[in-house]
Order: sequence, then structure tokens, then C-alpha cells
Amino acid sequence: MSRAVRVHLPGHLRELARTGTAEVEIRVEEPATVARLLDAVESRWPVLKGTIRDPFTGERRAYIRYFACGEDLSHENPDDALPEEVVEGREPLRVVGAISGG
Amino acid sequence: MAVRLLVGTKKGLFVFRSDDGRDDWSMEGPHFGGWEVMHAKGSPVDPQRIWVSQWTDWHGQVIQRSTDGGRTFEAVGNEFGYRGETGTHQWYDGTPHPWDFKRVWHLEPSRHDAEVVFAGVEDAALFRSDDGGATWGELDGLRTHSTGENWTPGAGGLCLHTILLDPGDPDLVYVAISAAGAFRSEDGGASWTVATQGLHSEYLPDPEATVGHCVHNLAMHPSRPRTLFMQKHWDVCRSDDGGDHWTEVSGDLPSDFGFPVGVHPHEPETIYVIPIKSDLEHYPPEGKLRVYRSRSGGGDWEALTRGLPQSGCYQNILRDALSLDTLDPCGLYFGTTGGHVYASFDDGDSWQALADHLPRIQSIEVQVVP
Repeated sequence: MSRAVRVHLPGHLRELARTGTAEVEIRVEEPATVARLLDAVESRWPVLKGTIRDPFTGERRAYIRYFACGEDLSHENPDDALPEEVVEGREPLRVVGAISGG
Repeated sequence: MAVRLLVGTKKGLFVFRSDDGRDDWSMEGPHFGGWEVMHAKGSPVDPQRIWVSQWTDWHGQVIQRSTDGGRTFEAVGNEFGYRGETGTHQWYDGTPHPWDFKRVWHLEPSRHDAEVVFAGVEDAALFRSDDGGATWGELDGLRTHSTGENWTPGAGGLCLHTILLDPGDPDLVYVAISAAGAFRSEDGGASWTVATQGLHSEYLPDPEATVGHCVHNLAMHPSRPRTLFMQKHWDVCRSDDGGDHWTEVSGDLPSDFGFPVGVHPHEPETIYVIPIKSDLEHYPPEGKLRVYRSRSGGGDWEALTRGLPQSGCYQNILRDALSLDTLDPCGLYFGTTGGHVYASFDDGDSWQALADHLPRIQSIEVQVVP
């Protein structure tokens, strides 16, 4: 069974993938995790492979953070279940670029 | 014929277009706004094909390709995986540091095959694509050269930033790496010879060491693939034997520090550099922006100043930000870290600004399109 989960992408990735909107909805197999959610995002928009996670190791890029429900999930195990609010579509997982612009 | 300028900046790619009169330019862009465009270059075989290296710290490396002369682009392959065990190179303090891919500094399309393009990357390695950029494979004979563990990064990182291809012999390839040196391959990139003999760098424990020289740029006239010109961290040099021996030709330059070096397309002994005051002060001597031309292959230089600011200029010109077209008289184009694009349409005798307010310019490549 799969769930429709909301993901908020940073500006550069919206434009790169031409999503048209900042927030996208994508179906994820249960149990929904950060890793499965990003697998689904990269499967739907292959151009995003390597832009959030290392394309070889799958590790989060150093300047990327994952936020949801007011919490920082960046350092949680990506195979842990997402918060219930995200799984149920009430809150998005936010993929965020660190404050490092220049 | 048309002329096209590909201007890579800190915040996107700009494309300038003109007919071959070069007196009326249009500008398009930015493409990939907000992304750092390290380099963009078109195929000599099919000039409508252009590859772009786009990068940010946030999202890493993306390669874009155009098949319509830079009107539209599509992302192609961005997986640059080192082959086998990666080992270490030296860090700034001389300690071992693991090889780690960061970004593509330079893209060099083949002169023989529109599907083939080379990529010079940081940490230093050479990659090749045989399918138009969809997939990339490392030519690991370079990175695994016996000297590799002694290569050290320059201020911009341990970057392979220059790739020269012989138009006559696809097997002859030169590359330059900061701060390792220059290398030559005579088998298409499978194996490599260090090409640094005669270089002298005071910042090394042994100023004449085999590797460690911070080569900033190389240039070659297509009719003389064994004659190379080099702008080093300090010193302008030439070699007439494919890099086996180098001679300093800085001559009467006001400073022999700088980044780009270029060769006139119709005069193999006419070369251009843009002197910078020092490695600590990355701006022109006396605040005067001057291109220097030698018509004798180095040694004797003349300042080209007409139309360039002769006071108050404190900008840099980066290694890939000088390009020469193949028209007659020859056009020269360079970009500054202050976002100016300057052009000359008379071999460098006089200059005009094509743009004044772009982001920091990383690279400029000119194409003459039939």
C-alpha cells in the first residue's frame, strides 16, 4: 500500500525539475521513510538524483537539511518512519538548503 | 556566419549573439539563475551542441546540454565516480587527504566526435563521455599517476582546469592541475607523463620539483600542437617540445602573475596574458586593466589599453575567462570578477565593454557558427 506524501523542494530544485510548484505530492510505499520518499522523488524526477543525496552513497549532501513538523530530521536515521503528520499528508517534509548563500 | 559568446558566471549562464560584423550584440539569460556556471563550451564538430557545468554547494554538480545553440537545455548525466580505490593526495598542510569529487571545472568537447566530451574535475581527475554527456567514465591513469599522492590543492581546490586537444591527433592530450602541474598523454588519456621540467616555483620546498607547480592555464595554436604557452602562479612560460622542457618568457611584463593565456588564431607566435599584481592582491598592477600581447611568442610584450579602465580597476580575470574567435581580424573576449565583459575586434588594439553588470565571471567561450 502506498501513501500520498507532500514534499517542499528548494527553489533551485523546483526549477531544475520544472515541478511548477514548490510543494509536490508523491506516492510512497508504506512504511513511509525519508529514504523511501526521496527514492520516489528521484524516480519521478531523475534530474534530482545527486542534488539532495550523494548519487553513490545515498548520504544527505552536507548543505541540505530535512525539516518536518517543526523538527530537524536531518540527523535521524533515513529509514525511520516519517512523523505521522507527514505520512497522513497534513504536513510536508521540507528539503531545505542551508543558510550558506553567497 | 554568427558569433556566440557563452559567459559562465557565479549566478548563471549568459549567451551573447552577433553576426560576424560583431557590432550589434544581444544578450540572453541568465540560464540556471542562481547556480554557479563553472564553464560552458560548444562542440567544434557540431557548434549547436553546448555543454554546461552548473554547480552549487547545496546541490552539487549538474551537467546541461543544448542541441540548439544555447536556446534550450536539458540536464544530462552528473555521476562522476572515481574508478577503484581513491587513496589520498596532500592537503594544504601536507597531510594526506582523501580524494573527493566536488565539481566540474572545465568541459572540453572532442574536435573529432560530437558525442565525445572531456571533463576536468575537482578533486583532480579527467572524465570522458562517449554518449554526449549521459554517462561519464574516469580516465584514471591520470589520478593514479605515481605522483598523485603528492598533488596539493591551490586556493580554488585541487582542480583539473585546463584540457587541450590536438586537432590532428586525437591521442594527444594535455591537462593542467592546480597545484600539481602539467601532464601529457599520447594515448588519448590512458597514461600520462609529467610535463614540468624547467618550471621554477619558489613556494615549493624544491623549486624545481616534479610536481606541485600551480599551473594556471595552458594555450596552444592548433597548427603547432607541440608548442605550449603557460601562465603559472608566477611566470609565463613556453615549451616547444610538448611540455618536456619549459622556458620562462615573462620578459618585460609588469607582473608575471595572472590566470589566462591565449594564442592568436592566425599567428601562432602572438600570445596574450592579463597581468595581475600578485598572488595576494588579485587585481591588475596600479589598478590599470591591461592586456599584454607578445608577437614573438613571449619575452617582448606590449600593453593594450585603449578602451580599458586605466585607473581604479581592482578586479580579477579568471583562467577560463579569456577566449579568442577565429575571424580576421581576430576577436578577443574576457570577463572580470566584477561582471564586465570586454571585447576587441582588432587583435586587441582597442576594446569595448559588452556588459558591465553581470555576476562574477567564471568563464567565457566564443564560437563562430557557420
